[in-house]
Amino acid sequence: MQKIKFLLMALIVTAGAGQRINAQETFPVNDVADPKNGSYAFTNAVIVKDAQTILQNATMVIRRGKIEMVGTNIAIPKDAVVIDCRGKYIYPAFIDMYSDYGMPAQERQQAAGGAAGFFRTQQINSNNKGAYGWNQAIKSETQAYKIFSADDSKAKALRDNGFGAVLTHQKDGIARGTGSFVTLANNADNFVLVKEKASAHYSFSRGNSAQSYPSSLMGSIALLRQTYLDAQWYKMAAPVTEGVNISLKYWNDNQALPQIFEANDKWNSLRADKIGDEFGVQYIIKAGGNEYQRIKEMAETKASFIVSLNFPAAMDVDDPNDLRFVGLDDLKHWELAPGNAAAFEKAGINFCLTTADLTNSSEFMANLRKAIEYGLSETKALDALTKAPASLLGVYDKIGSLDAGKIANFLITSGPVFADKTVILQNWTQGIKNAVKDENWYDLKGSYKFLANTVGGTKAFTLDLKDAGVAQFISRDTIAGKYSFDGKLIKLSYTEGRGPNAKETIMSGATSGNTISGRGTDAQGNAFNWTAGFDKMPVSKTDSARPKPPLVTGKVTYPFLSYGWEEMPKAENILVKNATVWTSENEGKLENTDVLIKNGKIAAIGKNLGDATARIIDGTGKHVTAGINYEHSHIAAASINEGGQSVTSEVRIADNINPDDINIYRQLSGGVTSSHILHGSANTIGGQTQLIKLRWGANDQDLKFAGADPFIKFALGENVKRSSSTQGNARFPDSRMGVDQVLMDAFQRASDYQTSRKTAEVNNRKKGSTPVTVRRDLELEALVEIMNKKRFITCHSYVQSEINAAMKVAEKFGFTVNTFTHILEGYKVADKMKTHGAAVSTFSDWWNYKMEVVDAIPYNAYIMQKVGLNVAINSDDAEMARRLNQEAAKIVKYGGINELDAWKMVTINPAKMLHVDAKVGSIKVGKDADLVIWSDNPLSIYAKAEKTMVDGIIYFDRDKDAAMRKLNQAEKARLVQKLAAAKRTAGPGGAAGMQRARPRLEVIHACGDHNHDHGLLTIDADELEENN
Amino acid sequence: MKKIIFYIACLLPFTKGVAQETISPAAAQKETIALTNATIHVGNGQVISNGTVVLKDGKITEVSTTASTTGARVINCNGKHIYPGLILASSQLGLVEVNSVRATVDATEIGDMNPSIRSIVAYNTDSKVINTLRTNGILLANIIPSGGIISGSSSVVPLDAWNWEDAAYKTDVAIHFRMPSLLNRTRGARGGGAQPGQQVAADPVKRGLEQIENVKIFFREAKAYLAEPAHEQTNLKFEAVRNLFSKKQKLFIHCNLVKEMLIAVDFVKEFGFDVVLAGAVDSWQIADILKQHNMAVILNQLHSLPTMVDDDIDQPYKTPAILQKAGVLFTFTDDDVNSRYRNLSFNAGTAVAYGLTREEALTAITLNAATILGIADKTGTVETGKDANIIVCEGDIFEMRTNIINHAFIQGRYVDLDNKQKQLAEKYQKKYGIK
Repeated sequence: MQKIKFLLMALIVTAGAGQRINAQETFPVNDVADPKNGSYAFTNAVIVKDAQTILQNATMVIRRGKIEMVGTNIAIPKDAVVIDCRGKYIYPAFIDMYSDYGMPAQERQQAAGGAAGFFRTQQINSNNKGAYGWNQAIKSETQAYKIFSADDSKAKALRDNGFGAVLTHQKDGIARGTGSFVTLANNADNFVLVKEKASAHYSFSRGNSAQSYPSSLMGSIALLRQTYLDAQWYKMAAPVTEGVNISLKYWNDNQALPQIFEANDKWNSLRADKIGDEFGVQYIIKAGGNEYQRIKEMAETKASFIVSLNFPAAMDVDDPNDLRFVGLDDLKHWELAPGNAAAFEKAGINFCLTTADLTNSSEFMANLRKAIEYGLSETKALDALTKAPASLLGVYDKIGSLDAGKIANFLITSGPVFADKTVILQNWTQGIKNAVKDENWYDLKGSYKFLANTVGGTKAFTLDLKDAGVAQFISRDTIAGKYSFDGKLIKLSYTEGRGPNAKETIMSGATSGNTISGRGTDAQGNAFNWTAGFDKMPVSKTDSARPKPPLVTGKVTYPFLSYGWEEMPKAENILVKNATVWTSENEGKLENTDVLIKNGKIAAIGKNLGDATARIIDGTGKHVTAGINYEHSHIAAASINEGGQSVTSEVRIADNINPDDINIYRQLSGGVTSSHILHGSANTIGGQTQLIKLRWGANDQDLKFAGADPFIKFALGENVKRSSSTQGNARFPDSRMGVDQVLMDAFQRASDYQTSRKTAEVNNRKKGSTPVTVRRDLELEALVEIMNKKRFITCHSYVQSEINAAMKVAEKFGFTVNTFTHILEGYKVADKMKTHGAAVSTFSDWWNYKMEVVDAIPYNAYIMQKVGLNVAINSDDAEMARRLNQEAAKIVKYGGINELDAWKMVTINPAKMLHVDAKVGSIKVGKDADLVIWSDNPLSIYAKAEKTMVDGIIYFDRDKDAAMRKLNQAEKARLVQKLAAAKRTAGPGGAAGMQRARPRLEVIHACGDHNHDHGLLTIDADELEENN
Repeated sequence: MKKIIFYIACLLPFTKGVAQETISPAAAQKETIALTNATIHVGNGQVISNGTVVLKDGKITEVSTTASTTGARVINCNGKHIYPGLILASSQLGLVEVNSVRATVDATEIGDMNPSIRSIVAYNTDSKVINTLRTNGILLANIIPSGGIISGSSSVVPLDAWNWEDAAYKTDVAIHFRMPSLLNRTRGARGGGAQPGQQVAADPVKRGLEQIENVKIFFREAKAYLAEPAHEQTNLKFEAVRNLFSKKQKLFIHCNLVKEMLIAVDFVKEFGFDVVLAGAVDSWQIADILKQHNMAVILNQLHSLPTMVDDDIDQPYKTPAILQKAGVLFTFTDDDVNSRYRNLSFNAGTAVAYGLTREEALTAITLNAATILGIADKTGTVETGKDANIIVCEGDIFEMRTNIINHAFIQGRYVDLDNKQKQLAEKYQKKYGIK
């Protein structure tokens, strides 16, 4: 204990609802005026002015809610109430940059038609009444300061965790308007507002908007990009064609503020930053907790981050049958998440900490201590809670350190603020005291001389008061007792004997200076008076605390999943000897042939090749082929369908590549090396596609197939006219007649757009002309690219009428439909597609699962090939995609084409239709070493891909796969043992805080129109979102 | 391909349909047929090289290397392979024509407890899908109802019939119990009749266990009811499960998880039912327990993704070999909404790539399926005395490239191997002049 001192009772200031340091002048007084200057002097404290500056035995003076003086030799003003803080610490109070404190509660609008999903009813227009923008999720007009109202019960929860000020905003929408910087003082709203407009906020989530667009992550990204353009145009052109648009006006007004983006995930952080880069904005990014998994990429954004300390709860893994469905990645994340902040520090990234995402803000301190245990330095932690947020918001001149002139927001703590046993005693906000653990201000711990005047005479003990309410009454024996203390009054007791015959003596009393005195009753009911005088501090045992065992954790893998790499595999020079080589070129199949791979390329093909630098792989009995190119895939993307409108050419799969998809690895095991990731078929003009190479472990940018021509997905027929909608259809078109008009209209608008842009350009070059500004339209720009043969279409289509009609639209606007995909009735109009110049990509044997495929035939590929079309085989399915070799073999069965031609349908043919045949698709010297070594003829049902390489890097190796499985098992077992140990340990992190084993669900995307079952743990992307 | 059609047409001067609607069921076998010089895959593991199969009056009368062909029409099968007709142990063939068109779907009924529902009465012998399966060697199928918890009874049909009564090869072979899922999954319901997006119980496991207990209560009540011969009021639901208690009928329990399968054991122990596990994705984990209780397994779809992200990426392909090794009676079906059951033999082929022998894989989709469906006395192997349900294949039936069915016989009737898809191909080959 720090000895009990005679302290001014001024310390127990009435900290309550009524206290106001400043009375507002304009407000009438319903009382006797009670002006105060709120002047206090805190003396003898350890004052931590900021993370770098610590003053011993120092004094701080505050007045009218501000800090007046801080230092070691300070003349205390006479009118200051002096508070002796000997043995205590004073810190700047914390700042939380990511709060919705004081914002009105949000009512979540239910989307019309109930549950989310591919076929739910559409809300085409905004429900927001007024002169606002077209999209309900753009709420740039929201102004936090206008809707802010202090809420002391919430403020208290934050103050109890050391916070004194927050940046608050309404967490709703993609653009969320401005945030306000407020203190958590229990004071009038007028006084707690420090900065009305302190920030502007954005996210990818449309929040309460039930408007159909955007319904996907890539749609949100497109909407943000388009809104930046629209706002620029609105500002420049003040267009009559727009009238007043309040949302755009505020969007522009908000640009000067710090821009904060809620990403909540490592990949989303990169996605947000990329939008910022395009429009010259450096967002401050709100992180989600998994950023340590890609910390290098986080650093590359050069953004500052707001890091939450929301760590996943430990899972109860006492049931092996439940454990079977628990993901290794979830377990690893449980273990590594507390190291997230430390990872940011180590990577040299500027960041602040927030209570956001915690289920209860009371977890904050415990989690912060855990983060420190995981390597976050205490200096950085304090900085991240004070100076860093204040500086980011441009209010460091007002708050964030204990310097004269700043707001008097500070903590008085019992010790160093982050130490395990330290408690926050008081949290002063704007000069107003808030008691947190005031009862701990006085500490009774120590050794006392205890005397009781009982009927049997005077009883004397040495009384030791210890931590956790333990009291010991020591004479010859030691009698166990208990005590509790509320800052003034004490309850004390001891028990003699055990079991049913135990006898308890109870006492209570009050402290006064160094003495405690009171009255008690023994087991017989005899009353007595007692006193205890302070004698000495207990002798602290050295090394009493067991040293914490060193932190042992698993490693981050790339991707952060089973089968991820601790270190990415590297390119090798490889010489495959004596194999059967399927060239997919005119040479056909070469027996007993060697293939040399150097520097990621195919260097030589021939017999008896040699190369000293190359690792030799014996290919005897094996078959070597080019990697499979897969024309129609939906893996490795965070979202696939933007069905909010019938024309969404502005959305881009590239904006939401998801490298953490196990299907990349699974498909490598089926010999796939390149995949064309398509938008789904929810609408007529879908989104821009992305060709990737299956570089397992690479990040979202490195997965991309560099230099490939851009494509876009179109779709016709049942899906786009929403035939299967259980809720009816509200979105144009509702028939194939309408689909045709959607195309006609889109390209007509694109054509007019191109003309008006050109006209404007010519006009603006003329001297003296009034400049004309044409609004940039991302949707139409993509269509203009198509018309100019800069972007190419792959068109989901089935029946002959729609195929024919689509070609007519294309021909009218002077371009070619590059690829018809699925195209199950293609055989009926193969000649027309041939004339048009389209390629085709089809299923092998699907049919009869919906009306537009009742005439589908497995001879389709064969007939189209015979007519002279370039034919590829696709699957639209994450499962079949790893057996595309078998799907190609079916074309031998259904039609009897030769094996070499069948094999081309999954290698060089799709490469040609994707315009990458100069780089991949066949085994030819100079091409990328995207190769597969098969155990057998690749068209055989018995064939397995043994090794699959991309750019000469072996990403799948069947032997390594077996070894990785063992590693995965060992890692899971280690984590389960760790969880079991955590459960055995009582207290936080023990059984009480554990969650039930949670199955690891997997999102599997498809076009959206078929019902291929992918098992027990699959979940639709929108279901996942809906439940988040 | 044209070549093949031509070849078949020349070889066998039986009438061939010219349009789907005129592809008639075959007439009863009149003349004795001898399939000679073939590699005969009996279906029980045995292979006979250069053998002859004699079919008479719808039955197999001889299988040997020395059979007499006197008086028989001889079909020389030199270089070809003879297999028992493949059996789809579980499908919705003839109940679901076009999955997305509600009017063409007769597979589910309202209510949780529908033991008296019978699939056979809705089986559409004119489904366009049927003929495409014969072309791939599938000659028999078990037609199962779905929906609810007790869905009803399934029946086995031959894939060549004028109407469902003709198609009643063996009726009501099994009652189907779709066990509610015991996965602790609180987002995005699956299984147990739940639809995506449907509200999920706060504790799905607890709810599932309650529902399973209700099924047990149903069977306890049925048992008591059936013990009394006379009733004032007849209970059709109880009557419908009478044959379960005498083991004349099987109980198919559709479930996947270890916990679910362990609970399925109760239905063997408490009620003495003949239990078949359908789905049984995780059966590889408890193969020995399943063997111990003589529980058979139907794997719905070998060509599946692994259940878990962490699983062996090839786990579904490897499961059959694990069951085989443990001695579990199993078959697989080709439950696929998009390719419509036609890839059964390729499922088997993949199982061969991952550990089964070819003959084991064949047994799985012929004799094992027949045993599981209770029709092994009549079919499932190429053996004397059994129904002449036989296919003649160009080569290895598991390989796509050689899975060309030359001839098929169902109860000795020579089946037309034409189908709607071949006819459409032919129509457009003509249009384009493709030879």
